[in-house]
Amino acid sequence: MNGRGQLILGIVIVAAAIAAPLIFPAFRAQIAMLWIMVLFALTWDIMGGQTGYNTFGNIIFFGTGMYASAVLQRDGGLDYFPGLFLGMGLGAVIAVALAAVLGSMILRMRGHYFAIATLGLGIAAGELASGWGFIGAGSGMSPPIFPAAPDVSYIFFGYLFFGLALVSFIVLALVYRTRFGLALNAIRDNEDKAEALGLKTDLYKVAAWMLAALFLGLCGGAAGNMLGFIDPRDTAFAGATFGVWMVLMAILGGKGTLWGPVLGAFVFHVTQELFWTYLLGWQRVALGLIIVAIVVFFPQGILGWVRARWPERFGHRIETP
Amino acid sequence: MIDNIQLLFDAPFLLLQVALDGILFGAIFAIAAYGMALVWGVMNVINIVQGEFVMLGGFITFQLTLWGINPFFGIPIAAAVLFVFGIALYYVVIRRVVDKDMFISLLATFGLSILLQQLMNQIWGGDVRTVQSGLSTWFLFDYTVTVGQIKVVAGVGALLLGLILIVFLKKSRLGQAIRATAQNPRAARVLGIDTDKVFAATYGINAALCGAAGALVVMAYSVHPYIGLPYTVRSFMIVIVAGLGNLPGVIMAGLGLGAAENFAAFILGAQFQVAFVFCLLVVILVVRNTLLRRQRKYLK
Repeated sequence: MNGRGQLILGIVIVAAAIAAPLIFPAFRAQIAMLWIMVLFALTWDIMGGQTGYNTFGNIIFFGTGMYASAVLQRDGGLDYFPGLFLGMGLGAVIAVALAAVLGSMILRMRGHYFAIATLGLGIAAGELASGWGFIGAGSGMSPPIFPAAPDVSYIFFGYLFFGLALVSFIVLALVYRTRFGLALNAIRDNEDKAEALGLKTDLYKVAAWMLAALFLGLCGGAAGNMLGFIDPRDTAFAGATFGVWMVLMAILGGKGTLWGPVLGAFVFHVTQELFWTYLLGWQRVALGLIIVAIVVFFPQGILGWVRARWPERFGHRIETP
Repeated sequence: MIDNIQLLFDAPFLLLQVALDGILFGAIFAIAAYGMALVWGVMNVINIVQGEFVMLGGFITFQLTLWGINPFFGIPIAAAVLFVFGIALYYVVIRRVVDKDMFISLLATFGLSILLQQLMNQIWGGDVRTVQSGLSTWFLFDYTVTVGQIKVVAGVGALLLGLILIVFLKKSRLGQAIRATAQNPRAARVLGIDTDKVFAATYGINAALCGAAGALVVMAYSVHPYIGLPYTVRSFMIVIVAGLGNLPGVIMAGLGLGAAENFAAFILGAQFQVAFVFCLLVVILVVRNTLLRRQRKYLK
């Protein structure tokens, strides 16, 4: 797809996104959730797709943002909107700092060791949060209630999350074009060569993770207010749902591409909203089956498959014999 | 927290009690870790579904007692059922991810683990299950130290299983084939070993070991559909610390981990035990990486 096609597609999506909550008032909550999912998949792909470092633990930044914002709103004594936006800011700052600290510790590991370390971090965060009295321990926290009807709140949060997803998409699209993006791809393709060429790979990896943490922290800070209740294991550090979904959506759409995670998030979220209610009690079985099926039979994702099928549309030249 | 440490020093019997409980618990981790080391070493797959195999073994034993069968028969029966289950799982899923990138197999087994968790929840319900073994408790040192006989049986049984596995790998024809495949799969194939069957057998043996461990867990401790992952992480840590292909090391690391975890639970409070396990995992990985980084061995 060329630049103009992408621009037109982008404008169509933006127009649809602005109109959607007004046309489908019954689905406002689901639409707001969809933009969170898009953001999840996009930020996962920074490390997982572009840098080649698969993480199971990006959810910690989301949960950290959520808790930071809720604590500020509880103890800050601010009005609702200043509290919310300051909380999102605080959540982002803490998440980025956490990414810098953790990243400089564990991003020196290679491949699957990193993946398992992040898996451990994600669960440890949930366990620690559910044991820490200051943030409500196992009984969770309740952020302040939106000062208007719930219907209005979903419109507000829907547009807020759409804005966040859009900003992160544009930022990532720009970042992937710079030297920084090329460096990340170089690390994915062959880290030792990248290092031998003089790239400070550790620095790039930590910076990439911080970028992911920035958006996840912002998103988490607002998501707590939309969901209305923060449970340490089921909403904030929900490794078995959000944490897995973000990996799955990025892979489903095609990891390592810009549009892939967006597409994957759309497909997964719509499928999930359509069928999940019929699977009461069996959702995780279905999720497990989907993961296995995608990983085993369709690891290249939708866009990866399309690119392999019609390479000329993606600017790859085909050698003709 | 400080009070608890003080308490340990004031009452040496309590110290003994905590250490003993931990070591006996650790022996069970060692069984699951043998299996993980085997699968990792032979097939180059990190099996995240390990902990769910343990829980499944426990639930099978629980089901047997519901049918009025003595839980001790659960050890061989759970092992046999899981052996078949493991082989079936190999042919359906694992086979297709063995030669792929390690993250693919990691994610595939992670998917299986989520699937099995809720499947067990649907079949046996979300309650913590335990089985009465019918054995009594020893009271030592004037009733200050209590040792459940079943915990001793579980600990000794775990070590015995390890011994059987070592002899099996050294002496039997299949064991030799497994070790040959672990050394060099391609050369093994050239020499006429059907590596596909060897992989299937390895995965089945791993599942059987976990099943036996699960039968011991449900008798001496308890099982629940959603607490499998800590067992996976414990096995992973043990294997990393001991190294692949070092079964005596796996036993020692298992016992040490059990003791460390029990002390942590006593000092920090039981609600932080799982958090301790996962934090320890991260610490061990970081330390391992710093140690190996100088030699650049992590590249392998």
